[in-house]
Amino acid sequence: MTATAPREDDRTTAPPVEIIGGKSRMTDRHIRPRTVWLTAGLAVALLALSVLSAGIGAYGIPAGDVLASVAHRCGLGGHRLDRVAESVLWDVRLPRIVLALLVGGSLGCAGALMQGVFGNPLAEPGVIGISSGAAVGAVGSIALGLSFAGSWTVTVCAFAAGLLTVLVVYGLSRSGGRTEVVTLVLTGIAVNAFAGALIGLFIFVADNAQLTQITFWQLGSLAQATWPKVLAVLPCAAAGLGAAPFFARRLDLLALGERQARHLGVDVERLRIAAVLVVALLTAAAVAVAGIISFVGLVVPHLLRMAAGPGHRFLVPGSALGGALVLVAADLAARTLASPAELPLGVLTALIGSPFFFWLLRRTRGRQGGWA
Amino acid sequence: MRRLSLRARPDLPPPPAPGDVLAEAHGLVVRLGGRPVLDGVDLTVRAGEVLALVGPNGAGKSTLLGALAGDVPADGGGVRVGGAPVGERSARQLALRRAVLPQSSPLAFPFTAEEVVRMGRAPWAGTALADEDDAAVAAALAATEAAGFAGRAFPALSGGERARVALARVLAQRAPLLLLDEPTAALDVRHQELVLRVCREQAALARGVVVVLHDLGLAAAHADRVALLSHGSLVASGPPSSVLTPARLSALYHHPIEVLPHPHGGAPVILPVRGPSKDSGAR
Repeated sequence: MTATAPREDDRTTAPPVEIIGGKSRMTDRHIRPRTVWLTAGLAVALLALSVLSAGIGAYGIPAGDVLASVAHRCGLGGHRLDRVAESVLWDVRLPRIVLALLVGGSLGCAGALMQGVFGNPLAEPGVIGISSGAAVGAVGSIALGLSFAGSWTVTVCAFAAGLLTVLVVYGLSRSGGRTEVVTLVLTGIAVNAFAGALIGLFIFVADNAQLTQITFWQLGSLAQATWPKVLAVLPCAAAGLGAAPFFARRLDLLALGERQARHLGVDVERLRIAAVLVVALLTAAAVAVAGIISFVGLVVPHLLRMAAGPGHRFLVPGSALGGALVLVAADLAARTLASPAELPLGVLTALIGSPFFFWLLRRTRGRQGGWA
Repeated sequence: MRRLSLRARPDLPPPPAPGDVLAEAHGLVVRLGGRPVLDGVDLTVRAGEVLALVGPNGAGKSTLLGALAGDVPADGGGVRVGGAPVGERSARQLALRRAVLPQSSPLAFPFTAEEVVRMGRAPWAGTALADEDDAAVAAALAATEAAGFAGRAFPALSGGERARVALARVLAQRAPLLLLDEPTAALDVRHQELVLRVCREQAALARGVVVVLHDLGLAAAHADRVALLSHGSLVASGPPSSVLTPARLSALYHHPIEVLPHPHGGAPVILPVRGPSKDSGAR
């Protein structure tokens, strides 16, 4: 990426190459030790922040008490807290944190997968319109008062609409087996515009109660988190997060291009359909409960790629961890920065994420010397 | 260490012996956009030989290579790789039987050169031969003189370095059949010779090498057999000295070409006739 290494321009006088020299250096380099440390670091940070976040708020609970109560409920010793603390912790804070973990993990993972499938570091569910597509399904199901699948209705509708959108975007933005940046972003604009219009239409037909529900949902917030909501997205998120790492090796090969990946034994069609399905699952899980939270799937994989290289065997699970960490932190900020008021989470991530996207666009453009 | 694999073990191809037929095209017809790009081509690739595909621009060399690779479907006739029709083999089975070097090597993410070469080992994951991964990668990097920049990011390499890394990836795959599309295009003289020397080494290991070349001199000097294509048809194939004749080349390329015996050894040296003519005098 950064062309810092010096170029050897004069290779005509290169000495005869030592044949055995490279081997010992090479054998262990392909398992980058940095990825092990990063994974451990992310996991520890995530746990620590979750415990911290569970204690911080209008009603403060010391971290020790949080741990004791969790241990108590898990039957590992510990002790009960008093009635109010127990209720605040288990009915308000923890469902919210678990939801943030699931949503953040799903978004980060979906971003990494999507960038791999499109072979383009700018691909992200929010940018190219998958999130808005899923939002159409969610808003539609609220506005039309659908309830065919109980508490899963919104998730199911978000998934169906998200899947449809991702297929349309994929079909429209590829030519000759490659996805060009401009085509991708322009397709995103078109899809976002169309999805916006559909959402507007649904808002037009919704009654007042539905309108309130839709508005809150659209801002992107975890404020309404409850255990049933956690359950509503858990299957989608778990299936997606569980399946994602199985694509890692083949996504690495896909970076060579579609034909070259096929030359190396990858059934590209199958990989593509399966990965797109998983992206739709993950995005739907996130969008159905938390509205449109953009840029997590863009920023997190990108930072991890800079830190530990582009190998998807780390990047896909790492982005899930990183996304979860970012969202738990962002949600903590959203509910404490302006307390007692609460900032909308989606607004907060977009405020931070959009400038990052600008920077990324400029850098990509600079590297290519213009848009292809 | 053997990795667990959920995928079914593919049937591994037997190691080739010199003379085995690795791939064959018979009566191959390929149409692109309604125009026949290949029109009834018969070609056999055997283990232990370097076969050069030469011909003017648009003769169908790359298309023929693509058809042998299984990328380009046949509109008539057929292609068999390792004894079975290419269309009936899965991507994985084909990957164990042939490796392909495309004309350009794009890379979406900044993997290091060594990681790119290691990708060539992907078809062997989950087989007993996965144990050879490290050795195959090291040998491929050494053979292409790419070990010196193995740790650098692929996109940061120069064009010639990238071309050698891409070739190293193909070598690391250790497939019986190598299909190389203009592997010398981005290289200086020294590295052109290196690539053809690598081709000869591969042939000596009883692999079959099909290489598209524009430089007739390279083809004459290094290939066991030359297949000369023009307008989608095979004009001639056989040893370089019998295929690359002045009359035939001059007619095909629409430019006078002379073939001289090399002063040392007598190998054919192929040169376009240069000199003052009406065309060059005009500018």
